[in-house]
Amino acid sequence: MKRREAIQRLSTVLGGTLLGADSLLARQIDWESIETLPESARIGLFGKRQIRLLNEIADTILPETDTPGAKAAKVGQFMAVIVSDCWEKDDQELFLAGLVALEERCKKTFGKPFLRCTPQQRHALLVELDEEQKEYYRNIKDGDPPHYFRQMKDLTLWGYFTSEIGATQALRFVDIPGRYEGCIPYEKGDRAWGG
Amino acid sequence: MTYDAIVIGSGISGGWAAKELTEKGLKVLLLERGRNIQHVTDYTTASKKVWEFPHRGQLTRAMKANHPVQQRDYPYSEFNPEFWVDDLECPYTEVKRFDWYRGFHVGGKSLMWARQSYRWSDFDFEANAKDGYGVDWPIRYADLAPWYDHVESFAGISGSLEGMPQLPDGQFLPPMEMNCVEKDVAARIKKHYEDRRRMIIGRSANLTQPHNGRGNCQFRNLCSRGCPFGAYFSTQSSTMPAAVKTGNLTLRPFSLVNQILYDKNKKRARGVLVIDAETLETQEYEAKVIFVCASTLASTFLLLNSIEEGGLPDGLGNSSGQLGHNLMDHHFRCGAWGKAEGYEDQYFYGRRPNGVYIPRFRNLFGDTREYLRGFGYQGAAGREGWSREIGEMQIGGAFKDALSEPGHWTMGLGGFGEMLPYSENRVYIDKLKKDKWGQHVLAIDCELKDNEHKMREDMKNDAAEMLEAAGIKDVQTYDSGSFPGMAIHEMGTARMGHDPKTSVLNGWNQMHDVPNVFVTDGSCMASSACQNPSLTYMAITARAANFAVDELKKGNL
Repeated sequence: MKRREAIQRLSTVLGGTLLGADSLLARQIDWESIETLPESARIGLFGKRQIRLLNEIADTILPETDTPGAKAAKVGQFMAVIVSDCWEKDDQELFLAGLVALEERCKKTFGKPFLRCTPQQRHALLVELDEEQKEYYRNIKDGDPPHYFRQMKDLTLWGYFTSEIGATQALRFVDIPGRYEGCIPYEKGDRAWGG
Repeated sequence: MTYDAIVIGSGISGGWAAKELTEKGLKVLLLERGRNIQHVTDYTTASKKVWEFPHRGQLTRAMKANHPVQQRDYPYSEFNPEFWVDDLECPYTEVKRFDWYRGFHVGGKSLMWARQSYRWSDFDFEANAKDGYGVDWPIRYADLAPWYDHVESFAGISGSLEGMPQLPDGQFLPPMEMNCVEKDVAARIKKHYEDRRRMIIGRSANLTQPHNGRGNCQFRNLCSRGCPFGAYFSTQSSTMPAAVKTGNLTLRPFSLVNQILYDKNKKRARGVLVIDAETLETQEYEAKVIFVCASTLASTFLLLNSIEEGGLPDGLGNSSGQLGHNLMDHHFRCGAWGKAEGYEDQYFYGRRPNGVYIPRFRNLFGDTREYLRGFGYQGAAGREGWSREIGEMQIGGAFKDALSEPGHWTMGLGGFGEMLPYSENRVYIDKLKKDKWGQHVLAIDCELKDNEHKMREDMKNDAAEMLEAAGIKDVQTYDSGSFPGMAIHEMGTARMGHDPKTSVLNGWNQMHDVPNVFVTDGSCMASSACQNPSLTYMAITARAANFAVDELKKGNL
């Protein structure tokens, strides 16, 4: 039931009509090593700079605490793969336009691109965008498009908590539990099961 | 080439037919249209972690493009894509929407099934006779009970003994445990309804202890990728090794049976015509007895398509005209869920591949509703994970740390409802299309009707009422819509019955018209009950196979 709910929630973002042949083949790129690739490297629809930007957005949503943040979990690369390989054209365009809008908003607010902002500035901007998307969904009607920041936030959560870092460090992961116990004590602060 | 028996299809039913027939000494040819999948070594994704999948399970556009039907619901995913058909190779015609989920490989859907295993009762076997829908089942629970014992003992079904007449107990391995919320909800439902309703742990074909040389469940909940421990029942883990051990089995993958060949003088099938699925070459095989276990709709297509020899314009064994009619599935995807409060200091360990079950209570024991038959519920309680909304929190470190902890407990119940057999819910051959192998295709014309729609109201409202009675808060009902085929319990298109004029098979799954052909998959079902049907296919197949061997020995076939 859990996984299904997650998928159902994602499918509100991932709906739409078929694009036809998949020509982008982002999954064939070794996206694990993006930082060592040349500036011209791409993952599907995304250039290296855009992927850096996605990583910083993700890391602002889920920063390093006593566990690593979203950038360490390469959530930017993950977003590029999913948007390029899995999404329909309408949602892709919305997402890419959202990245541009986010940058413009950042320049207007702080006079510089997101990547050059301080963590405090990044946080302030994205909190604002997050409030906007929450407000947008409070009034959403059937047929309205998704909000780009909701797209980014959902992908960030999904990408992070299903990454090796997210599932094994932020969450607790037991590959082979070996048994099932229906009732065990839980103390505030214990991590949720991952994987 | 000649064998004692040919079994068509290697899924749950075909695997059981092969096991029983070979163990009784017959030389058996087991034909499978798809590729072979070796137990364990061919479960290529079974031990992968979620982060090792480039799309974390999500379908790519390319996968969706080749799988326009399979992608309609959750079973087809990046976690086990090789287990599902390429829809473009095997089209069918949807007169009305019908989701047809299929896997072409040795083991069939026994590899991907949900493993819920419930006996039927005489409330089910007597239902048609009592309300007049469909034809009377030619068997009763007593006919099947020893065969339920037989298949449960071999397959390994975990469950609790309950003594409920509508859901007979069986030969169970120890039950899995409920979690704290489920335990309390179960106790409160029992008390509130004075034991007229009961929530029990699901009965599941997962081993809770080592069994017949197979390992016990490791609680990874990755069953549908194939189990490296052989801990759930599949053809590969269970029936195939038993059949192979006899030395009497010949398995032939990539063998698509196009027709059953009929000898009109002897009024017997003489063999099968096989298309090699890779080369398209054809070959005939002969046998004394033929078991048709290709899955409900594939078996029905094969019988309808067996017209070339012997002057059978309506298909093999179809003098009743019933072949292809009375298609049923279960309807589901509606129920209720809510939050459980007061369990914040409780959690669970392990990923249980099973939930809870509420056996049918409607239209039983004096209860009467404005629809016929009934429904059961599957459900579970759990704690919300990272995908939950924490609307009031700002993004950032505290948000991340909060999502790293489990959220509220929630409890949900989803109904599985019986569908009546309607003659007009049917399949037939569409001669305007062909599949990759040059065969015509099936047209499917099937819909839910008034009885099912009325039942769905109860499926929602009863779930909400029970959850509220059990102290669950913020209860909400849902109905996500259910199209025939989605439950992957399609059945009924070659039904059993007493009368050759109104049914295709007799009480031994033997074709009335062609006594050496047995049909033992879901197509034989005269009604659908509301329980998951696979265990009944196993029992009915084992029973028919043993009967066929006896009849062969007596010279009656």
